[in-house]
Amino acid sequence: MNIQISERKMGPMSGHSAGEPVVRNDNANHELSVRVRDLNLWYGQNQALKNINVDVFQKNVTALIGPSGCGKSTFLRCLNRMNDLIPNVRLEGLISMDGRDVNEARMDEVALRRRVGMVFQKPNPFPKSIYDNVAYAPRMHDLVSRKADVDELVERALRDAGLWEEVKDKLQEPGTSLSGGQQQRLCIARAIAVQPEVILMDEPTSALDPISTATIEDLMDKLKQQFTIITVTHNMQQAARVADYTAFFHLGELIEYNDTQTMFSNPATKKAEDYITGRYG
Amino acid sequence: MSQSFDEISAQLRRRHRKSARLKWVSMGALGLAGLFLVLFFADMLVKGLPAFQQTQIQVQVDYSERAAELPLAAVQEDVRPLVSRGYLRLIPGRMEDNPELLGTKRMEWVLADAEVDQYLKGHYTRLHDKEKAVVDELKAEGRAELRFNTTFFTSGDSKMPELAGIASAAMGTVMTLLVTLAVAFPIGVMTAVYLEEFAPDNRFTQLIEININNLAAIPSILFGLLGLAIFINFFGVPRSSPLVGGLTLALMTLPVIIIATRTALRSVPDAIRHAAFGVGCSRWQVVRDHVLPLALPGIMTGSIIGLAQAMGETAPLIIVGMVAFIPDVTASFSDAATVLPAQIFTWAGEPERAFIEKTSGGILVLLAVLITLNATAVVLRKKFERRW
Repeated sequence: MNIQISERKMGPMSGHSAGEPVVRNDNANHELSVRVRDLNLWYGQNQALKNINVDVFQKNVTALIGPSGCGKSTFLRCLNRMNDLIPNVRLEGLISMDGRDVNEARMDEVALRRRVGMVFQKPNPFPKSIYDNVAYAPRMHDLVSRKADVDELVERALRDAGLWEEVKDKLQEPGTSLSGGQQQRLCIARAIAVQPEVILMDEPTSALDPISTATIEDLMDKLKQQFTIITVTHNMQQAARVADYTAFFHLGELIEYNDTQTMFSNPATKKAEDYITGRYG
Repeated sequence: MSQSFDEISAQLRRRHRKSARLKWVSMGALGLAGLFLVLFFADMLVKGLPAFQQTQIQVQVDYSERAAELPLAAVQEDVRPLVSRGYLRLIPGRMEDNPELLGTKRMEWVLADAEVDQYLKGHYTRLHDKEKAVVDELKAEGRAELRFNTTFFTSGDSKMPELAGIASAAMGTVMTLLVTLAVAFPIGVMTAVYLEEFAPDNRFTQLIEININNLAAIPSILFGLLGLAIFINFFGVPRSSPLVGGLTLALMTLPVIIIATRTALRSVPDAIRHAAFGVGCSRWQVVRDHVLPLALPGIMTGSIIGLAQAMGETAPLIIVGMVAFIPDVTASFSDAATVLPAQIFTWAGEPERAFIEKTSGGILVLLAVLITLNATAVVLRKKFERRW
């Protein structure tokens, strides 16, 4: 299949066939952020992703749902090439961002990860102070160097992550001394400190209690004004609450990609309907 | 029908007896090991502690012109065999340094001969009865006593037991270990970092890994042969020098440091690496800023234990010529030197009775340093131990 990368504005599309982007959401933003075409991925002999086609739109929350082992986390990690760290991964197809194929030879994965930040399943702050957790990456990328600028950037990132009020008096304490929910917000602050465009979240609330989960969900709602958020979740209610678009994966295939409301009220495919109504999962 | 409790208990009794027996056997083994340890330490302490004291006697020293040529003349005939000849030999030199001494007679505390020392410590001595009588008389007058033996710590080896000390061996050990550390630590750590963080997991790296593990189990004397062949014969490094000894021990310590470093690196959770990659660190930044600092306590512990091992090593050093008679404290890395265990080995082969306590004293010093090193390693590990 001949693929053209273009920066044309994507309009709302319609159509149902599996594997094609199916999107109807007139209220949401439709600037294209990441385009995925015919993506196939193998772990050794095992095909984990089959022919994935998705358009992810800017400044939205896109949720990836599906049963365990369906490939949603694998897909997420393709977007900032974290799969490079795993030996014996083979990938075919196109993932384009800003007119560039993220897998092309001259694409530096460090540059990619500066623009595509990531928040992991288990909060994993660096064993450094709260301040250094946030300041480390901007300093490393030479975004800031003067002390005052770093201070300002740390405060802004922590404020955006909704953590500033809780930690402003103990910035020098270790990040690991915070509660699980606070640690996860610290990780979010760390991710947004370098001003990425896309933030990938791999089940960011699965290790958290319900109250911390609610805080993070509110945060995602706020952050989507600045960032494109792609989140993997096990929790369908969470997808229904926070996502503008939802993609349903099953056994490595993208079964349905739709705006969240349609997905949960009137899914186009039988498999998605069965999963959402709890017939399997 | 299921069995009654009584039937089951009867069967169980044999099993319980068996586990009780095993428990007693293992406790016995532990007790035996403890007993050996206590015996070893007690024996070393009893034999070695007297080495830290040495007999001095008070005699009249006559700084005459004759004594400047014939040092024996400086003391009277009856005490002549009792004074250390090594001490007497120093007299002409002292007179040259201090001309005002010439012609004076002074009562001085001087180092006694090792035979006198052994006699006062109650050991076998080759002194004649007449000499013993003189010593007894001196002792009765309070002119012969055991004093702290500073010579043992300040002088090098000597054929006269009362003048033999560990200073040159200690200096040799320090210099040798410096070379070992300077060579083995950076190479070992970087090798481990490469194997653990950068190298792909393929047949070649697996082969390297197996070989490194095998190196750690090679008899140490073979490293001595390797050192002789490569460093001395091929590269022409001076024989017996701390340089060649340190390089040889570095070969021996490398696998220990590599294995310890790899274990420490592996214990750093992948979540930290992912977090670092996630914010856009390059591989080297991940290692330098995140993985290495967390692994450092483990690396230090392993390296200290590796160095302690190297410190107690004698066999490979015999081959590169470091078991040698070194009376003067070594001044440079290319001069001949010896190390503590080699010094102990040398003294153990000396015929004089007085060297037995020197041998044990040297062992005590070596043991004290090794225990301190290992305790440091344990403290480091405890202090920086992290739970994930």
